[in-house]
Amino acid sequence: MAIGWYLTVSALIFCIGAVGVVTRPNPLVILLCLELMLNAGNLALVAFSRMWGGEDGQVFALIVLVVAACEVTVGLGMIVAIYRRQLPINVDELDELHG
Amino acid sequence: MSAVLFFIAAIGALAGAIGVVMLRNPFYNVLSLVCHLIALAALFLLLRAEFVAAAQVVVYAGAVMVLYVFVVAYVGGADEPLHRPGGALKVLGPLFGLAVAVELCIAVLGTALKGISGKGAPYVPGFGSPEHIGRLFLTTYLFPFEAASLLLLVAAIGAVVLARRRRGLEPDEELDPRMHPSRPVFTGTMAEVAGLRPGGGTGGRGTDSERQTEPIGAQTEIGAGTSRREGGW
Repeated sequence: MAIGWYLTVSALIFCIGAVGVVTRPNPLVILLCLELMLNAGNLALVAFSRMWGGEDGQVFALIVLVVAACEVTVGLGMIVAIYRRQLPINVDELDELHG
Repeated sequence: MSAVLFFIAAIGALAGAIGVVMLRNPFYNVLSLVCHLIALAALFLLLRAEFVAAAQVVVYAGAVMVLYVFVVAYVGGADEPLHRPGGALKVLGPLFGLAVAVELCIAVLGTALKGISGKGAPYVPGFGSPEHIGRLFLTTYLFPFEAASLLLLVAAIGAVVLARRRRGLEPDEELDPRMHPSRPVFTGTMAEVAGLRPGGGTGGRGTDSERQTEPIGAQTEIGAGTSRREGGW
């Protein structure tokens, strides 16, 4: 398959993730949609790596994987902390910086 | 053959992505993201990125998704409204996504890159193998590699600090009398077993008149009572 097909799939996944981030009210689902967007970037990186014939893009993809794992860990920790303090798990109601 | 596999994997990845956005129950969102990740790993395999595909399945579909499932089970995965009650984003959100999709497709179709319509560079044996990736990580990309390890450490510590129990912010759970029935003093402790304290079972030196009952944790409450309500951070 041509590389352009992979890039098209990557663009579509990125847009689906962006729509989810904008519309969904639950921070858990927003984190999931951020994962979708990061994975779309990963797919584009790996596709370009295949196009040029060097592994550098795959190295970048692995770094993105690490960053996504860190982001998920901290985000889920924040959601657990929000739940412990009996605040609503809804990004529209969590609009104050001070607790 | 490769085209058939590509379309199966691409349709699976897109369906998983749509499931993440459209399903109402967070449990189903997580499960559909697992399907998406596995289909994406198949796409990586088609692009000759074996190590990235393996890391994707092991790290994402294995570890990170388990974390998600545990947090969803802890927080409670009830059905929820798909959109915010405001209403404007219900229309504007998909429009925004459509605009970005059209823009990206124009960029892909109108690009001047010659290689984008080809099948990629000629395949050399060992492309994408752990040996090549590891060599790159330890030579050219040594600094990003170390920075990533430091980032992982910081994230692990940050998650522990964020999600731990804080004193003074939540109702006390440890003094519930149903969970801690009263028992004679100094019985059932490690000190009694080690013979450091006269207990009921070991020496028999304590008589019944000496024993009084108190709930476990009362002593610690007296000791730490002053600092208990100071609040954490």
